Amino acid sequence: MADLLEIRNLRIEATSYPPGEPPRDVVLVDNVSVSVAKGKVLGLIGESGAGKSTIGLSAMAYGRGGVRLTGGQIILNGRDIRGMGPAGLRALRGREVTYVAQSAAAAFNPAKRLMEQVIETTLSHGLMARAEAEARAVMLFGKLGLPNPETFGNRYPHQVSGGQLQRAMTAMALCPKPDLVIFDEPTTALDVTTQIDVLAAIKEAIHDTGVAALYITHDLAVVAQVADDILVLRQGKKVEYGPVRQIITDPHEDYTRALVSVRSIDHEEKAAAPAVLSVQNVTARYKGTNFDVLKNVTVDLPAGQTLAVVGESGSGKSTLARAITGLLPPSQGRITFAGRALSGALQERSKDDLRELQMIYQMADTAMNPRQTVGTIIGRPLEFYFGMGGEAKRRRVQELLDQIEMGKGYIDRYPAELSGGQKQRVCIARALAAKPKLIICDEVTSALDPLVADGILKLLLNLQAQEHVAYLFITHDLATVKAIADKIAVMYRGQVVRYGSKTDVLTPPFDDYTDLLLSSVPEMRLGWLEEMLAHRKMESAGN
Amino acid sequence: MHPILKLVAQRIALGLLLLLAVSLLIFLGTEALPGDVAQAILGQSATPEALANLRESLGLNRPAYVRYFDWLGGILTGDFGVALTNGQDIGQAIGQRLGNTLFLAACAAVISVPLAILLGLIAARYNGRWPDKVISGVTLSTISLPEFVAAYFVIFLLTQVFPIFQPVAMVFPGMGFWERLQAVALPVIVLVLVVLAHMMRMTRAAILNVMQSAYIETAELKGLSPMRVIWQHAFPNAIAPIVSVVVLNLAYLVVGVVVVEVVFGYNALGQYLVDHVAKRDLPVVQAVGLIFAAVYIGLNILADVIGIVSNPRLRHPK
Amino acid sequence: MKMPLSALIGLILTGLFLFCAIFAQWIAPYPLDAVIGGVWEAPSERHWLGTDTIGRDILSRMIYGGQITIFVALASSLLSFGLGSFLGFLAAVKGGWIDQGVSRLVDLMMAIPSLIVALVVLSVLPINLTVLIMVMGLLDATRVFRLSRAVAMDITVMDYVEAAKLRGEGQSWIIFREILPNALSPLVAEFGLRFIFAVLFISTLSFLGLGIQPPLADWGGMVKENKDGLIYGKSAALMPALAIALLAISVNLVADWILSRTTSLKGGRGG
Repeated sequence: MADLLEIRNLRIEATSYPPGEPPRDVVLVDNVSVSVAKGKVLGLIGESGAGKSTIGLSAMAYGRGGVRLTGGQIILNGRDIRGMGPAGLRALRGREVTYVAQSAAAAFNPAKRLMEQVIETTLSHGLMARAEAEARAVMLFGKLGLPNPETFGNRYPHQVSGGQLQRAMTAMALCPKPDLVIFDEPTTALDVTTQIDVLAAIKEAIHDTGVAALYITHDLAVVAQVADDILVLRQGKKVEYGPVRQIITDPHEDYTRALVSVRSIDHEEKAAAPAVLSVQNVTARYKGTNFDVLKNVTVDLPAGQTLAVVGESGSGKSTLARAITGLLPPSQGRITFAGRALSGALQERSKDDLRELQMIYQMADTAMNPRQTVGTIIGRPLEFYFGMGGEAKRRRVQELLDQIEMGKGYIDRYPAELSGGQKQRVCIARALAAKPKLIICDEVTSALDPLVADGILKLLLNLQAQEHVAYLFITHDLATVKAIADKIAVMYRGQVVRYGSKTDVLTPPFDDYTDLLLSSVPEMRLGWLEEMLAHRKMESAGN
Repeated sequence: MHPILKLVAQRIALGLLLLLAVSLLIFLGTEALPGDVAQAILGQSATPEALANLRESLGLNRPAYVRYFDWLGGILTGDFGVALTNGQDIGQAIGQRLGNTLFLAACAAVISVPLAILLGLIAARYNGRWPDKVISGVTLSTISLPEFVAAYFVIFLLTQVFPIFQPVAMVFPGMGFWERLQAVALPVIVLVLVVLAHMMRMTRAAILNVMQSAYIETAELKGLSPMRVIWQHAFPNAIAPIVSVVVLNLAYLVVGVVVVEVVFGYNALGQYLVDHVAKRDLPVVQAVGLIFAAVYIGLNILADVIGIVSNPRLRHPK
Repeated sequence: MKMPLSALIGLILTGLFLFCAIFAQWIAPYPLDAVIGGVWEAPSERHWLGTDTIGRDILSRMIYGGQITIFVALASSLLSFGLGSFLGFLAAVKGGWIDQGVSRLVDLMMAIPSLIVALVVLSVLPINLTVLIMVMGLLDATRVFRLSRAVAMDITVMDYVEAAKLRGEGQSWIIFREILPNALSPLVAEFGLRFIFAVLFISTLSFLGLGIQPPLADWGGMVKENKDGLIYGKSAALMPALAIALLAISVNLVADWILSRTTSLKGGRGG
């Protein structure tokens, strides 16, 4: 039987307009061939800029913002859709192929009720009568696990949660009984525990309706749960293409191997040591609210070790960092740092307190002044804390750059001239320059591609061994925790629900929330999703 | 009470409070400036008797807050006082001229609003292509012109180069509607020119903003016809920003009227204000200034209320 | 970086206007107030732009008028800019009651069109250069305040400003080294726009007879003096009108270019 979709030698280009230079054409996708059979799921995987979304949308012959399909064939149901006119494409889009966007919150029209939008294609293509379409939508709402499927469609997009919108968008895509659905990172914007529920709902819906799908993601472990075949992409070119089992268990290419083994850093837990930071019974709330975002938090961080604070958005983990840095003075409790009591407010702290406690941010882009060079950024703490200047300062900056493995030639560059990983490295060097005893790392790897994130984690571990610096590592990602932590605190709704050494925290028996959180981390093996759903004790926090 | 009613009521209450504050500002701006008001009005050469008389008629001997509340109380009961220069009742004088000003502004609005929306739509539809570039280029240069400069270019063009119109706009009571319309043709053209550019550019920006939303892409990927995308998905979301753009520019129009009236010798409120500023007739300036401010604030409140009412998040709260 | 043609034209014209304004006394062929010809003479070799309503040389009056117009506009926009951006930055960095107080006052002043406020205030104040500059500067400072406060607010919430606070940096380092370099480009472009606004404003006031008073001359006042000529087909009033429009457009072109150039600038070098 012929394949449903067959892409041959696809080439996609766009025109880029670099400021101050003449426009030039760039190739986004080059010579990619792939096919999807009826009812099968193809996973497209790669880092940002790999061209995976661009290929996904090409299955609808759609190019976002000036993107042009310039070569090859896209054969859907036996005909090449690349040469089709607007009318032909309109007949195909929303009928044979439908689309689920990454951010359903932006993809729904805020002015119209969900039901109207979900059944719109079905009606406008004349596929069903209104009553029939509505009945099908309600059936799909139920299948996707949405609450009160009968009345769910009466709501407006802003009246339901992000996870629910993502399911509603899946219902919208499935309603006209298409042959192929394109899922474009449908779970990436969701919390870990919600992500798993939505993933499971999507998988079941694909299975039950027998539709074929293109599933686009940057997370190999996620796509391994839903796909039959996987295409690994890098910078618009094919790296490897094969059945999911072969890709996961027997990758042929180095790049694929790296993706499969990502986050498998082996980190031995260190022996007990005296605490450099001790947080005792800290409670805090934001000005003008009457709700405690931190409730009675007590944790210790041994000198030269790493305490990982894990939790989902709203758990209070970033607030804990703000309390320790003095940006949000606690209403109760005390914080001891390097043997002395740390005053709550930033203004009352000594220069040594400030120097010995440094911070690295999630978005390296906004953590560096775009008008300062790397040399100024790293040099400022040297000048400010140690009074260094001139040649001595420049030499020390170069030493720090060597330490973060960036070498010569970067000292006079501006942040905009660096890659994402390099920017984060410069932020690490800036923190190191102060010779701190503790660095607070706030989600420092979550904005980075997996391989780059891996490099940053390894660097942080090396630096810890060299400089004997402690990390308070805030993250929502348990794989990162396993890679780097000596101690772990699990936070949920402002409280620490579980705290101890890494081995203790990760060894059963678990409390319900830790169990949910631990089990929600996608694992790089087939059949993990089904196992997990069968065993867990608690519904996700997002529902 | 529905939360949206509450928001609208709050906005209107805030507007009234603002108007009260503005009345205080106008009062303070004229009567509490450093120096002697009577001296400022009459100049250095004034005789002591004249100064005393003026102080008496302005009530300057009484404390400022008493005068403010008297003034405000009078306005609230429809009593604007009498003009210093000719003893005429200000309320009456305003009554005669307000109609003329509103007629002029209304004529300009009736032409410029649909035209601006149409041009804005065309510019947005052909974003970046030649119709957009032509419209944007022409409007950019008219934005740089003050009203009176635009007025004289138009006068020169339409009365001298192509003698179609009369260069003055005389209106008087008992004039027929058509005659009146002919009389204001030239000032209306000027006002349209001045206000059109702003309105059109803001409309274009509002439409482009909506057209670049992710939900428009969703609609396109549903295979809907371009008309359906525009009417069902873009229009319901674009209407609020466009209406508020239009109303804000109408507020701007009300001010533009002042200068245009002077250019064409059109006997209305703006001309009345400027005349009496030159004559330093304080009660008239205060009263007319307050009326212009009230119209401006009123239109701004209207723009906000339309924005609130058309926001689905506010209309259908969680 | 290559300069677009429009910006080049704008820059040359702006430069020409400034040159004429600064050296007016040396360039102008005739004195400001000398009656040297007939009423509304057509342009000739002696009077390149003709003569005005009482027979004065229009070109000379335009050159002197430009000096006054540009001087008043520049002075008032410097005032509005200094005051507005200082208060805007202060409000953004300090927050609290300073921010609340100034912001509400600005809201109040912006609730009335500036022309109306100016007319009301000028009905009691003596009309001279100082008063005009002060009134225009204060009124326009409200707009600069809004912009600079918004720009500074956007920057103060950036992580790099937080990082500087955590390092223990003082207020002046944060304002001058972290915030100002990043706020500069929108502010410079804004200065151009404020200048144009001031040119239009002073011209309008003079046209209404409430701005620059004789014997001084400015462009708005010259339009007023010569407007009656239009009815007889004398184009004298159009010359100063044209000058106003040309100056406004050329400064606009330059401001546009600065804004687009600095926002597209990546590293900040040469900015």
